[in-house]
Amino acid sequence: MGRRLDPTNKVKRGPGKKAKKQQGAETELAKFITDEEHESKRLSSRARKRAAKRVQTLKKPKVGEEEPRKGFTDENSKWLKPSKRKRKIDEAESEDDSDEHWEETEEEEEEEEEQQQQQQKQKQKKKAGKDQGKNNEKSEVKMEEVDDDDDDDEEMVDDYGAPDDGSADDAAEEDSDAEELLPIERAAKKEQKMKETMGLESDDDDDDDDDEEEEEEEEKDDEDEDADMDEDDAVQANIEEIDKFKLPVADETEREGILPLDLKTIHQRIKDNIDVLCNFSTKREEGKERAEYISLLKRDLCTYYSYNTFLIEKLIDLFPLSELVDFLEANEIHRPVTIRTNTLKTRRRDLAQALINRGVNLDPLGKWSKVGLVIYDSSVPIGATPEYLAGQYMLQGASSFLPVMALSPQEGELVLDMSCAPGGKTSYIAQLMRNTGMIVANDANAERLKSVVGNIHRLGVTNTVVCNYDGRQFPKVMGGFDRVLLDAPCSGTGVIAKDPAVKTSKDEADIQRSAHLQKELLLSAIDSVNAESPSGGYLVYCTCSIMVEENEWVVDYALKKRNVKLVPTGLDFGKEGFTRFKERRFHPSLKLSRRFYPHSHNMDGFFVAKLKKFSNVIPTTPAGKDEEDSEAPEATAATQSPPVKPSKSDKISKTVPGKAGSAKEKAQHNGTAAKEKAKIKPKGKKNSTTGPKQAKIAKMDPETVKGAEAKKPTVKTTEETETSKAGKKTGSRFEKKQGKKTKSHLKGKKRMGKNKFKKLKKMLQKSE
Amino acid sequence: MRPLTDEETKIMFEKLSKYIGENIKLLVDRPDGTYCFRLHNDRVYYMSEKILKLATNVSRDKLVSVGTCFGKFTKTNKFRLHITALDFLAPYAKFKVWVKPGAEQSFLYGNHVLKSGLGRITENTMQYQGVVVYSMADMPLGFGVAAKSTQECRRMDPMSIVVFHQADVGEFIRNEDTLT
Repeated sequence: MGRRLDPTNKVKRGPGKKAKKQQGAETELAKFITDEEHESKRLSSRARKRAAKRVQTLKKPKVGEEEPRKGFTDENSKWLKPSKRKRKIDEAESEDDSDEHWEETEEEEEEEEEQQQQQQKQKQKKKAGKDQGKNNEKSEVKMEEVDDDDDDDEEMVDDYGAPDDGSADDAAEEDSDAEELLPIERAAKKEQKMKETMGLESDDDDDDDDDEEEEEEEEKDDEDEDADMDEDDAVQANIEEIDKFKLPVADETEREGILPLDLKTIHQRIKDNIDVLCNFSTKREEGKERAEYISLLKRDLCTYYSYNTFLIEKLIDLFPLSELVDFLEANEIHRPVTIRTNTLKTRRRDLAQALINRGVNLDPLGKWSKVGLVIYDSSVPIGATPEYLAGQYMLQGASSFLPVMALSPQEGELVLDMSCAPGGKTSYIAQLMRNTGMIVANDANAERLKSVVGNIHRLGVTNTVVCNYDGRQFPKVMGGFDRVLLDAPCSGTGVIAKDPAVKTSKDEADIQRSAHLQKELLLSAIDSVNAESPSGGYLVYCTCSIMVEENEWVVDYALKKRNVKLVPTGLDFGKEGFTRFKERRFHPSLKLSRRFYPHSHNMDGFFVAKLKKFSNVIPTTPAGKDEEDSEAPEATAATQSPPVKPSKSDKISKTVPGKAGSAKEKAQHNGTAAKEKAKIKPKGKKNSTTGPKQAKIAKMDPETVKGAEAKKPTVKTTEETETSKAGKKTGSRFEKKQGKKTKSHLKGKKRMGKNKFKKLKKMLQKSE
Repeated sequence: MRPLTDEETKIMFEKLSKYIGENIKLLVDRPDGTYCFRLHNDRVYYMSEKILKLATNVSRDKLVSVGTCFGKFTKTNKFRLHITALDFLAPYAKFKVWVKPGAEQSFLYGNHVLKSGLGRITENTMQYQGVVVYSMADMPLGFGVAAKSTQECRRMDPMSIVVFHQADVGEFIRNEDTLT
């Protein structure tokens, strides 16, 4: 556009000073002005006459040209032209061409003779040897195409319609005003161009392909502009072409590997494929297996959304096919920016007002949150407003609210946030506790802790200890927490929208690795909770992954390993967790956990499970069979020799620091406790032995503990079957490995320091 | 983590008193429990006794932060207040300066407060008095030192500095790494 605005020309033609005055406006309206300028060059009185004449002469070919067009839809009209007509048009065009050239020459006669000569030459060339002129013409055509595109992108669509042209022609005939003639000029030009291209097509077949390709490209542009319409059209067209979706034959697919298919067709194929798969019995192609369809679908999804095969397979397992595409589409768009009001410093209403005054467009997040705000758009960077710096709000995804709401920390409690970076959830906990009680914010990554420190200071949280331990070692540091939040590190499959690298970077090993870590972390998190806490004893486990291996499976594992049970999360939305997934069967209470998906809840994919610890005792015999074999005789041995037994229980107390207050109660009910646990066992959850408390007690009165231990072996026979069943249920090598690992861990613990042994000996002697 | 020595306590309290005067004692004697200062990695943290007890569980190298960081001792054994102390300076501040909305941004980027950006100032502020800087909506933005007394401020030209910048809440982003 800009290139046509020739300042020298304008100065010449403009009315002098006035033009200069309006220069600003002219640059704004450059588009229109250039059009007029360009067109009006030719519009002398003669030209107008000629134009009118031309319209009349053109009428014939136009009719011939437009009638076939009417038969097709807009989209197809361009390239779906009956080949027979081409000749006619071609003929007409040659006439027309000569006319036009003659006219032009006449027009310019007075002014430039040289040009005339050139054009005559061109004419001659055309007539004499079209092969030679082809190249020139082509370039001309292309030029004109470009020009036209620039001038009237919008009008292009309309011009195809026959009535439009007619009306324009009529108008042209009626009025001889320059302005009225403009559309005609354009139409004529376009037609000329069309004819020329058509002529080329008919001239040599070799060029056909190229032209078609070009036209297809144009078509695509059009399609992009009005996507909905075209998609509908495409669907219809496809239905007409093939009534049923057919699987591509093998060699076709092979060819695909070499020639890249365009995404549009792949997308269409995905749609059709899913449609068939959803109504498989009615829409399937005879003799084709479901697996064939699925494998094609997988391949298409991988290409279209650029995932790796592994992840797509996982997702296909996870979602019904109808939801799958929704999910994948939702991963392509970003979730809305949400902020959380810091109620320690301000109220949501005040904050919203302050932000609105800064030109931020926001809304309350939803009924379920009283502190959340959604930011639609903002004229200022939302992470750098004075309000943000003053700590009045925190930038936080909507899904991050959920685990803290599930945790529902109470005032005055002792809370642990096991992997806290960057401190969003930690500060939310503090705000729910109104800065009372104590929070321990831990993270394994020292670098990320800097943001935690920054955030908690900015938000005015004063009750927090920030430390840098590996979560797996945490029970050694301190225990007895009322509540624990474990936002475990994960594969991040729920936040693909945030980090698209996940699409291709994850594989089976990554999932297993993080699942392993999560199991370790969850167990140590459970060990940090104090079951006897009057107000708490809760633990919330959450991940931003949607893989079953990292969520339900991990929780199921913990249910077997520790004295915990699932409780309702207190979130009234979200989908229930899986209780069965493929060949795996989880504990039925896992439906109390909640899953959140980007496509159904418009927040990051998330998993939240709330656990209640009902006993501080740690079952020492893990689910693995081999484990029990080794453990059982040990237990009997323990009953026989009192001095050995406390040492064993002491080793357990080392892994889990005892929670003080509850120990005494335990001691009293020691014998019964073991029985109760035996009752619980049949649920397939866990085996019980002495816990840390009992260990302490054991030092004081080994007799009672002995009694408890003595009962154990009898229980064990029944236990064994149960646990072995449980082991089969999960039936995974991985878990067994895990079991072995913990066992070796325990064995390592068995060795005790000299000092400790002496101490214990003394105590035992005393008690005796 | 250890309690401050007498020397250190004196240095720190002298610094604090520049901003909150005798209100220091409100920091130490609080109705909601005993609060204390502790030194860790040259930084002074202000915390309640309860949290102090909890923090003793954590080994020194693993402890990153406890309670609120007030500032740090420099190698020359001077005390430098950090922006993180603002939460405790602002409520007790004796001398305040309010900046106009247009000058907020400039101050938050680490610039001094100019006369043109000065909204209000506490009466009889002395020269070189520590002041806390607020926005006109009474939102604490940082603190600094008065470059001129209130009287002098009245007849200054608009481009002259009235408050020297010491710390502002923009440092939460700019200096995140060095806060602790």
